[in-house]
Amino acid sequence: MRHALVFNVISLVTFVLAVFLLATRGLNLGVDFTGGTVMEVNYDHPADLQQIRKTLTELGYYEVPVQNFGNAMDVIIRLPAKQNQAGSSLSATVGSALRAIDPGAEVRRVEFVGPQVGQELLDNGGLALVFVSIGIVIYLWMRFEWKFGVAAIIANLHDVVIILGFFSFFQWDFSLSVLAAVLAILGYSVNESVVVFDRVRENFHKMRETSVPKIIDNAITRTMSRTIITHGSTQLAVLSMLFFGGETLHNFALALTIGILFGIYSSVLVASPIVMWLGVSRSDLVKPPVKKEGADLPYRS
Amino acid sequence: MNRYPAWKNILIAIIVVVACIYALPNLYGSDPALQISSSHGIEIGEMTELQVNVALDKEAIKPARTELAENSLLIRFENEETQLKAQTVLKRALGRDYVVALNLAPSTPVWLHKLGAEPMFLGLDLRGGVHFLMEVDMEAAVRKAEERYVSDLRSVFREHKVRYKTISRQEQGGVLIRFQDAAQQEAGRKLIRENIPDAVIADGEAGEFQTLMTLSERSMIETRKNALQQNITTLRNRVNELGVAEPVIQQQGTTRVVVELPGVQDTARAKEILGATATLEFRLVDDQHSLQDAVDGRVPPGSKLYKERDGRPILLDKQVLLTGDHIIDAASGIDQVSGGPDVTITLDGKGALIMSNETRDAVGKRMAVVFIETKTETVEENGIEVRKKEIIEEVINAATIKEQLGKRFHITGLDSTQEARNLALLLRAGALAAPIEIIEERTVGPSLGAENIERGFHSVRVGFAAIALFMIIYYLLFGVTAVIALAVNVILLIALLSMLQATLTLPGMAGIALTVGMAIDANVLINERIREELRNGNSPHASITAGYERAFGTILDSNTTTLIAGLALFIFGSGAIRGFAVVLCLGILTSMFSAIMVSRAQVNLIYGSRRRLAHLAIGNTKWK
Repeated sequence: MRHALVFNVISLVTFVLAVFLLATRGLNLGVDFTGGTVMEVNYDHPADLQQIRKTLTELGYYEVPVQNFGNAMDVIIRLPAKQNQAGSSLSATVGSALRAIDPGAEVRRVEFVGPQVGQELLDNGGLALVFVSIGIVIYLWMRFEWKFGVAAIIANLHDVVIILGFFSFFQWDFSLSVLAAVLAILGYSVNESVVVFDRVRENFHKMRETSVPKIIDNAITRTMSRTIITHGSTQLAVLSMLFFGGETLHNFALALTIGILFGIYSSVLVASPIVMWLGVSRSDLVKPPVKKEGADLPYRS
Repeated sequence: MNRYPAWKNILIAIIVVVACIYALPNLYGSDPALQISSSHGIEIGEMTELQVNVALDKEAIKPARTELAENSLLIRFENEETQLKAQTVLKRALGRDYVVALNLAPSTPVWLHKLGAEPMFLGLDLRGGVHFLMEVDMEAAVRKAEERYVSDLRSVFREHKVRYKTISRQEQGGVLIRFQDAAQQEAGRKLIRENIPDAVIADGEAGEFQTLMTLSERSMIETRKNALQQNITTLRNRVNELGVAEPVIQQQGTTRVVVELPGVQDTARAKEILGATATLEFRLVDDQHSLQDAVDGRVPPGSKLYKERDGRPILLDKQVLLTGDHIIDAASGIDQVSGGPDVTITLDGKGALIMSNETRDAVGKRMAVVFIETKTETVEENGIEVRKKEIIEEVINAATIKEQLGKRFHITGLDSTQEARNLALLLRAGALAAPIEIIEERTVGPSLGAENIERGFHSVRVGFAAIALFMIIYYLLFGVTAVIALAVNVILLIALLSMLQATLTLPGMAGIALTVGMAIDANVLINERIREELRNGNSPHASITAGYERAFGTILDSNTTTLIAGLALFIFGSGAIRGFAVVLCLGILTSMFSAIMVSRAQVNLIYGSRRRLAHLAIGNTKWK
């Protein structure tokens, strides 16, 4: 905890950077949130992107992102939601136009989201984020003490912002599944904080003479190996998804990876200093075993 | 010391075995199949099976297996090619009365089937198919209702000689009527109250004699509900025609409908069919001319030949008495007089007037209801895609006019309550109140679906293998127990998903991979704790006990927080995300069970009986 200040400054800097990026460049919101149409077209030979762009321009779509998706034969086209056109028939129109030029074109996937549905998904996503945050604070409040709840949430929201910052910086497609990954990370990385807090509580019981910073220090050190191993294992699973999961899961796995890596950092080196700053003391955790249901207190006083 | 009571071991063993049984169906693949059902309530039995066999024999198509179920016939094929060929053959052979749908039938062996074990339900992104979210234009429904009231009131006022200056529908809703003077306004209001009990009457601008009529909240809700119901009914009929097995048509909220069509390849066609429009016509039956002559080809000039639903020909007048957009409602029920099933039709004001005029002199004659469906199809003619309009006309009912008809009348003489219900359904479908449009669509082609499954499995396999390797190297025997527990975890998870018939989506498979990664956390906690206890000098047995005990609280806390995130995703998510949330939540629960109990049971079995335990194979305890 000697370095608490240093760590907190680093977190602050990265946090501010992420917020700045989000504010200026913004997220590359996927079709799920803005509304529009996404089409995945597969050719039996490397696709001619220029040709596709020309066809789209003829249909009235300028500056439409047309990219390779995974390999040279897969193409992904993102069409914006046009006000007056019935979005749902758009994919059929584009599909037949592309097939007219190259009969080998196979439309493998279409996602059309009407603008109001997109807005709803965005709203729901925001609500989910709030729900999870509040839920976690309440749960940790019950299990430990409010200071821990607040510290954990701040640390992990910091994670979430960092992930969003990365997505903003690289302008990766932010879709519904990425949002799901972010929420899963929020729940998962609180794990780390919980493990450390648990150890802190145990230390308060056992190490009665030690100062608070030392107690927290000790807790972090003792749990370090476990943290790294667990994160390593989860990362292995996510890496396998990243490499083998295919394009559709790619950004999802990416968000998880960043979340896991930064999760180690934030939960250990951010949550604990915050708890300390909030002035945690022995009395917060070592309560006489009154009305808690037996399972959580490992010691009887 | 570290021993589980016998019952606990037995319980765990039973759970593991049960899980294996219920997870087993997922290992069997599925066969391409055709599902034959009837769209008109015709019974599917051995006759149908015979018909099918004869038709397939002619084209030398050999099915792998045929199964006769409650009201459908399932025919399995060797491969997709045969399946598609057979579909064309059977569609032609059986005709429009039967629905021949493409289906992927799971090839679960019979004994598993009897236990109730089925494979997991695959989501659209793994099966291929179409997902539509459609929204009913409620404003249009209310607008139409109000416009109807305007014309109704016009005729009512005229009938009772109430004079009004203007009557019109307001932009923002409601009907505004300007009267000549107070007396007329009073009379008018009285009539409104009599004829439209749901109306809310208010004063318009002061000075002039104005009345603003709006519909009560309750009747608005009714209107919207009806509009949604009508559309759902229509969609159901249309989806049946598409020949899709296991379609999903569900109401979502108050204005939306979800339509999911698994296995549909041609989404353009699906959209065309769903977007077809239907109308109704009332015509008099031509009893004067010979039906036989008409069938032979000599149709009298004022008439037209139609077909009833069961195929019988019927001759109708060319003149249309009334069109379906005057129908407000059609409900099936019981005839008060005869006690049999009947359908009550309610017309709007104009319709009532027309109907009473036309039927005044037609008592004793038969009146038929013609159901007309207009479909636009895009077909390939000579390599160019052409949009063709197809109009299907069918007489759905022909009944005798017993008396002069008016605003409400009954159709009786129906064969069964089922027929009454069907008729009412069709009448409502033809009288569509509000347009519906597609606001969200997610389509996955079948090839992508199969690819997704493969990728999903692969990443789970690799992830599991990598973690297993690491755990065994690092924790030795305790690593082995952890890996076995992890395997049980996955089997348990799959069994639960199969039993609940939850939908597995691609993010759901990612959820399985993630669960594998997270579940190992619990065992890591336990093992690290045991190592620490050993380092502190505790005896091996005590270390094991302490390790499990102290880790439990932490495991509970950390899993609960992830559970909270999973719940949020389930509540606020939709579609594929929900699939992920379900897997996440269930995975956490199964991991708590397997990580703690299953691994402990193993450890107890291995070490429990050794009274003097000197050394635990848990790896180098010096590593922190």
